Amino acid sequence: MSANYQQEATLEQAIELGLRAEEFEMIKEILGRTPNFTETSVYSVMWSEHCSYKNSIFWLKQLPKDGPHMLVKAGEENAGLVDLGDGVGCAFKIESHNHPSALEPYQGAATGVGGINRDIFTMGARPIAQLNSLRFGEVDSDKTKWLVKGVVKGISHYGNAFGIPTVGGEVFFDKSYNQNPLVNAFSAGLLDTKKIISAKAKGPGNPVYIVGAATGKDGIAGAAFASKDITEDSANDLPSVQVGDPFLEKLLLEATMELAETDAIVGMQDMGAAGITCSTNEMSAGGGVGMDIHLDRVPTRQDNMQPYEILLSESQERMLVVVQKGKEQVVKDIFTKWDLHAEEIGVVTDTKRTRYFMNGELVSDVPSESLVLGGGAPQYQREYKEPAYYQEYKKFNINDVKQPDNLKEVAYFLLSHPNIASKRWVYEQYDSMVGTKTMTTNQPSDAGVVNIKGTDKALAMTVDCNSRYVHADPEVGTAIAVSEAARNIVCSGGEPSAITNCLNFGNPYNPESYWQFVGAIKGMSAACRKFETPVTGGNVSFYNQSVINGVEKPVFPTPTIGMIGLLQDKNNLMTLDFKQKGDLIFILGDSVDCIASSEYLYSYHKVEASPAPYFDLDKEFDLQQAVKGLISNRLINAAHDCSDGGLFVTLAEMSFPRGLGFDIVTDSEVREDAFLFGEAQSRVIVTVSEEQEDEFIEFMAQSGVNFTLLGHVTKGKFVVDDEHFGFCDEAKDIYLNALGNKLN
Amino acid sequence: MKFGVVTFPGSNCDDDMIYVLRDVLKQDVVNLWHKDTDLQGAEFIILPGGFSYGDYLRSGAIAKLSPIMNEVINHANRGGYVLGICNGFQILTESGLLEGALLHNNNQKFICKNVYLKPANNSTVITKELDRDRSYKIPIAHGEGRFYAPEDMMKSILDNDQVIFRYCSEEGQLGELYNPNGSLNNIAGICNKGRNVFGMMPHPERAADAALSNEDGRLLFESILKNI
Repeated sequence: MSANYQQEATLEQAIELGLRAEEFEMIKEILGRTPNFTETSVYSVMWSEHCSYKNSIFWLKQLPKDGPHMLVKAGEENAGLVDLGDGVGCAFKIESHNHPSALEPYQGAATGVGGINRDIFTMGARPIAQLNSLRFGEVDSDKTKWLVKGVVKGISHYGNAFGIPTVGGEVFFDKSYNQNPLVNAFSAGLLDTKKIISAKAKGPGNPVYIVGAATGKDGIAGAAFASKDITEDSANDLPSVQVGDPFLEKLLLEATMELAETDAIVGMQDMGAAGITCSTNEMSAGGGVGMDIHLDRVPTRQDNMQPYEILLSESQERMLVVVQKGKEQVVKDIFTKWDLHAEEIGVVTDTKRTRYFMNGELVSDVPSESLVLGGGAPQYQREYKEPAYYQEYKKFNINDVKQPDNLKEVAYFLLSHPNIASKRWVYEQYDSMVGTKTMTTNQPSDAGVVNIKGTDKALAMTVDCNSRYVHADPEVGTAIAVSEAARNIVCSGGEPSAITNCLNFGNPYNPESYWQFVGAIKGMSAACRKFETPVTGGNVSFYNQSVINGVEKPVFPTPTIGMIGLLQDKNNLMTLDFKQKGDLIFILGDSVDCIASSEYLYSYHKVEASPAPYFDLDKEFDLQQAVKGLISNRLINAAHDCSDGGLFVTLAEMSFPRGLGFDIVTDSEVREDAFLFGEAQSRVIVTVSEEQEDEFIEFMAQSGVNFTLLGHVTKGKFVVDDEHFGFCDEAKDIYLNALGNKLN
Repeated sequence: MKFGVVTFPGSNCDDDMIYVLRDVLKQDVVNLWHKDTDLQGAEFIILPGGFSYGDYLRSGAIAKLSPIMNEVINHANRGGYVLGICNGFQILTESGLLEGALLHNNNQKFICKNVYLKPANNSTVITKELDRDRSYKIPIAHGEGRFYAPEDMMKSILDNDQVIFRYCSEEGQLGELYNPNGSLNNIAGICNKGRNVFGMMPHPERAADAALSNEDGRLLFESILKNI
């Protein structure tokens, strides 16, 4: 091997690896000497934004983390863990794979799916459902079409072969994502709470194994790559993108599930960002121990890999396993059965140092704790500054926008808009039914709901974020994202349990981007406290922006919220489709003169400067309590929240599944366009059978929540104030095919 | 009757099939491993859906070489019942137990959705109890499901009444409009000449549990149980 890697590193090398000058000094202080190149590489990835959260951790610590049903604290294990009762726990998490997807959409998205699922099953939880949240640039650009097709195919290929259903998600198009798409993947799994696998190494003398795929040169220093801006030169970073193998991941899942049943395992962690480096150091630091690792024993795909390459490789489908000494054969037998590598590469020590050897020679020797988040990794408080646009947007006045004469035309403009129209072109490429648990295939609902077989329960899940609202007002917009997620869970018949978040923002060194981040944290905290949904974990993705000719353009700030909720009684599943002609349609919540930040205002009138839509957290909470009561008392037969596109789109979506229609009257106190297309929050549409009208009204009168009779369900005609707005069949055809027509 | 469900590496509908047979239909089921060389007394073998061996070559092309497949082929040749669903159907055509081939869908994409099927006859154990005048809602989930056979082979398949299911509309009409993947003749499933080996792309096990609000697929299993 080359001796160069054993020589003292220079400041230039450290900076080239992504460290800052002051960080290089910190390392020298920790070690009491100048690190060699290999050690400097190890610090550079562990202290990268991606692994250390150095620019976000101060604020992340302020998020509410405690809840009555939390099994592990946020950040302590690979994913959040919520107690569902009866000895069943739910591990769930969302993660970004934005930067790889921007360069190589197929592999970038595929490995994003692989990575999030490994986070779940490494804890001993079998994944049961996935969601994803995708954001792309303008739909008409060829680059966007290429990215959409690649990302969807990547998710489809990996997720389908891995065999976990994709039960929901969101897709949003806006020019702010033109160079930098967002790919956020969510997975949830179930485990036996007595068989949780820890991510901590324990017991000096216990052997350390690497299992799964061989290690190659793919994805070297991907974590560092994810921690810098996407630029015109980013294509040169292509080797930073990993390559996924869902078949191997499926085998690894099954082997891990068998391993979880044995007493041979002490701890396990998947290898994601920063590969062997991150997993060995985090497991050692977590357990307060050290490790001696022999890199020459790692199965590699290429010959002559350098120590730093083996350490930093982000080859997929690998795990680090600490085995109970004496039980090695149990582990080997399981992996042999599944035709997978399981190589002993080292041993747990009591040194609290991670030492890496190559052919017997010590190549790196560092204190584990000094590398990890919450340990010695740097933590910064960045400056932030309110951008000028924020006050400008608040000057918006609805009276400056003329109401169009033809509102039917607006309605159809919205139904065919890529942000509103059916995402069928996308979701039909995902296997949404494997596992035979997806209850919402034949019973459409605001959240994805999966059956927990063998119990009375079901698990609801959703991902939500309207980033246009967050851009307009980070604090309010993020509170809305949490509220909408909770509203979707409640409308499906569930009780919100907890959230995971994926915080996609611009460059943290840009004070205006950082202001958006801080605002988002504040809004999320307020809403999560109100709904008692603790934040169990997630990830932060900064540097989502493009630098073109030296000008930075951050993406819309996008704090994606992934929420789970529990249906104690799966028979309480509430659906969104109109059931029969004649049922009464009510709106719960307030109708107000608000079109701010709506798709209607932004896309139809092309007005970009407006604040977040009308929102009141207390009213939102009361609304959700009322909906829960209506469902548990069985007073409604459909519920659908009024969100993107407004009331008309909501009613149309309720009509489509059974080919029904609606006849409604608007409110003379509210502008008709605001009534039909405004996106004021905290509104839910419900239908009530005529026989239950009195009982419904009695319940609502006591709830304190405003409610208004809009009209009734028709056989298939859409009617607003006696004006004909088309038929369900034609509207449905437009709604279902608009996105596919744009993309094909 | 004892069912045997084979797990290949990469199978992902094996548990779903076992769940339906064991927990919903209360049948005796044994899970067979691809390295096994014994059917453990199973009388009705099911090759489930999934991506056997990753399906990186042609779907099903590697799985046919598994040790268990020798036993499955012997079982079929003795007149034993075999049903392949989705990837299982692909394995059966690759191994020669069924005719034809399953090509990439004509839109070149994976497709997962509910479709409607019409039984093409009542002369197999799986279709015997079904109503030829109605449609059955059963989901598909595949990238390579376009049934193809050369002209003379297709003629023989039709002459021998080997088509068991065709894609149709909700109302039961046949036609290219209701063909999700470009299959010849709207074919969703076929059997062999001996009428003991069946293959179909749609997943009846995904439509057999009341919790999922669609039990059309259950009727196929009940037909099998009633007629064997």
